[in-house]
Amino acid sequence: MNSFWRNFARNHGAVVGLVILLLVIALAILAPVLYPGSPWDMVAAPFAPPGEMGMLLGSDSLGRDVAAGIAHGARVSLLVGAVSTVAALAIGVTLGAVAGYLGGMADEVVMRFTEFFQTIPSFVLAILLVAIFTPTIQSIVLAIAVVSWPPVARVVRAEFLSLRSREFVQAAEVLGKSRLAIVLGDILPNALSPIVVLSSLMVATAILLESALSFLGLGDPNMMSWGFLIGSGRSVIRIAWWMSVFPGIAIFLTVLSLNLVGEGLSDALNPRLARNRGGAA
Amino acid sequence: MSLSRRGLMAAAAATPFLMRVEDALAQGIQPKRGGTLNTIVNPEPPILHVGVNNQGPTLIVSSKIFQGLLRYGPKLEPMPELAKSWEVSSDGLEYTFRLQENVKFHDGKPMTADDVVFSIMKFHMELSPRARGVFARIKEGVAVDPQTVKFTLSAPFEPFLLMFDVTASAIVPKHLFEGQDYRQAPAVQKPVGTGPFRFAEWQRGNFVRLERFDEYWKPNQPYLDAIIYRVIPDSQSRRLALETGQVILTQANDIEPFDVPQLRALPNLEVQTKGWEYFGPLMWLELNHRVKPLDDVRVRKALAHAVNRDFIAQRLWFGIGKPATGPVASTTRFYDGSARMPGHDVEAAKKLLDEAGLKPNGQGVRFTIKHMSLPYGEVFTRLGEFLRQSLRQIGVDLQLESVDVGTWAQRTANWDFDTTINYLYQYGDPTLGVERSYVSTNIKKILFSNVSGYANPKVDELFGQARDAADPKQRQEAFSTVQKILVDDVPLVWLLEMAFPTIHDKKLRNVITSGTGVHACFDDVFLA
Repeated sequence: MNSFWRNFARNHGAVVGLVILLLVIALAILAPVLYPGSPWDMVAAPFAPPGEMGMLLGSDSLGRDVAAGIAHGARVSLLVGAVSTVAALAIGVTLGAVAGYLGGMADEVVMRFTEFFQTIPSFVLAILLVAIFTPTIQSIVLAIAVVSWPPVARVVRAEFLSLRSREFVQAAEVLGKSRLAIVLGDILPNALSPIVVLSSLMVATAILLESALSFLGLGDPNMMSWGFLIGSGRSVIRIAWWMSVFPGIAIFLTVLSLNLVGEGLSDALNPRLARNRGGAA
Repeated sequence: MSLSRRGLMAAAAATPFLMRVEDALAQGIQPKRGGTLNTIVNPEPPILHVGVNNQGPTLIVSSKIFQGLLRYGPKLEPMPELAKSWEVSSDGLEYTFRLQENVKFHDGKPMTADDVVFSIMKFHMELSPRARGVFARIKEGVAVDPQTVKFTLSAPFEPFLLMFDVTASAIVPKHLFEGQDYRQAPAVQKPVGTGPFRFAEWQRGNFVRLERFDEYWKPNQPYLDAIIYRVIPDSQSRRLALETGQVILTQANDIEPFDVPQLRALPNLEVQTKGWEYFGPLMWLELNHRVKPLDDVRVRKALAHAVNRDFIAQRLWFGIGKPATGPVASTTRFYDGSARMPGHDVEAAKKLLDEAGLKPNGQGVRFTIKHMSLPYGEVFTRLGEFLRQSLRQIGVDLQLESVDVGTWAQRTANWDFDTTINYLYQYGDPTLGVERSYVSTNIKKILFSNVSGYANPKVDELFGQARDAADPKQRQEAFSTVQKILVDDVPLVWLLEMAFPTIHDKKLRNVITSGTGVHACFDDVFLA
């Protein structure tokens, strides 16, 4: 564990990313304390610039507090990012494991199925799914999960393909362990590090996807999210720049921090690779 | 905030000055010939022929190409257009119109009484449901002589004279339509009317160009050489085009309400909200009475009490339009200002809900209903959010649903909603534009019918009386009573008497001179 942290800390960017990410998570957790009441409440005059009327980051076209929107929006954005990533991982890991471990016909079928999804532009598919199922938080999470699992399946399959012919797997087979036990107990733990790295990046992508959907007006109309804030500020950007700029910064920092953390995790989990890269640079 | 407040004050200060300019105009500033009017049409109309298509953008463009028998002042008084004069028989059954002389269609053929009879009795009867509803009451329409038309009604119908605007029954050339499928006739693609401007060119997705008709029946008019309607789909680009002078006139939904205060502050532009009196668009919160507890009048009253309509008019629509007071818009005939719907009073609303037996639960929620936002752009999304917060204060949880335009129309028409937003034109008379939303005979699965399912025999009876009475006094009595009943029953929560900003360069004169505003034929508009 200590070596893990040492390797992680060697990447300074990752540490910065982690700090930012923790701050965002803290903001999400503390939102009801910092801004009690609903972020939809109209608490000031419309279009109050930042700093005026007690609005730290200004107010929007209905007089809602942009700062409260960002704090409460952090909850929705992080929640959507996390839940949809878990869902995508569940689909991707299962299919990737089946394809990689069983091989043959099963591999063919699963991979063609995966390619089918990969050839459709993911954002277009997400828009389509949300439009069909009407925009709610559930349909958005589902849509994001559906468009983001194929890379997971491919990575997991590749890992499984290389691991399944290793000696320790063969040993487990000889010992008569069931296939499920081998997959879950022997192969998966050894394939975990690329999955962990990938998932941190997927959370970032999911947050971006949710924001893009909300920006287009396909967000859950009952949920305050960052994308909604930017989308509602877009058409009045010449009157109230703060309505889109601050939520934009929030998205930028969160996605950046997740990418930095992902990089750090990659370094920490593959110390040899990281050191080689460090040496080359 | 400080910025927009300054803008509002500047506009308020500028008003008396503008009045003086208009007075000076009335005293006879000489109109000048020449110049091209660059303006916007949004969204791009599918067809430019009135009657075949009666959507807003089509009407704005084709009202320059075509004309009606009459036009209407701000108080909806009929004024001569293609009809020079008209008489109504004392029993209210015979309407005789005398036509202007020397009126020519753009193809050079003269316009005669035959064209008028054809337009009213055939063309609009077949194409427009609104016209059909009224013109079906005509027993006989005849051309007495080439300059005289007489319509005989089967029963008196007092609002009959309101149906002759270019937007309701434009006069079209009989010789180009008779014996053909009106929708497929070649003239639909190349409209031919009697208006001061004739159709010249339409580059789809780009612009529509109308040019001066030299043989127009008013001597020396029109003053403009051409009108170009540009198609600019993005609202911010439209605003920019106006600011930079690329266009010098915008209308209807061209400019978003939130951009108006800043445009008001520009010294070269004038912002007007007049010119929609004939249409009288009234917006309301539609309630589906089939959904409990919206069938309870106390609940509907509570909802009406919960909404601050001043906020909607001032903050959401930036003062474009004014708070509604009841089912009839104040610019519509027979409006009764003494019938007022429940005002903004949160405590009264809570009390009514308590009486209705709807107590708040642990989270302070009394009941949950859904709200389908009207998908007509940002400001309506904001309105949904505002309503949700307003109703939250009285313990009603409004769940927003976002839908696209097609879904909204289909679900509203099929009664598949709890609440939604809708706005309807009133066309100057409650019989023409108000009755349809409240009478039980119009509870149909059709958009813009009585989709709420409100039924009150007394209301049906009074609307019927007002429709059939020949005497305006009797009609006023019936309409006053029905307005009092409706504000007491609150079948819908009326929100806003809508208006649309007409913004134009001050050098463009005579833009709004009637109750139909930018739907006038513009034969008197000139560039000073």
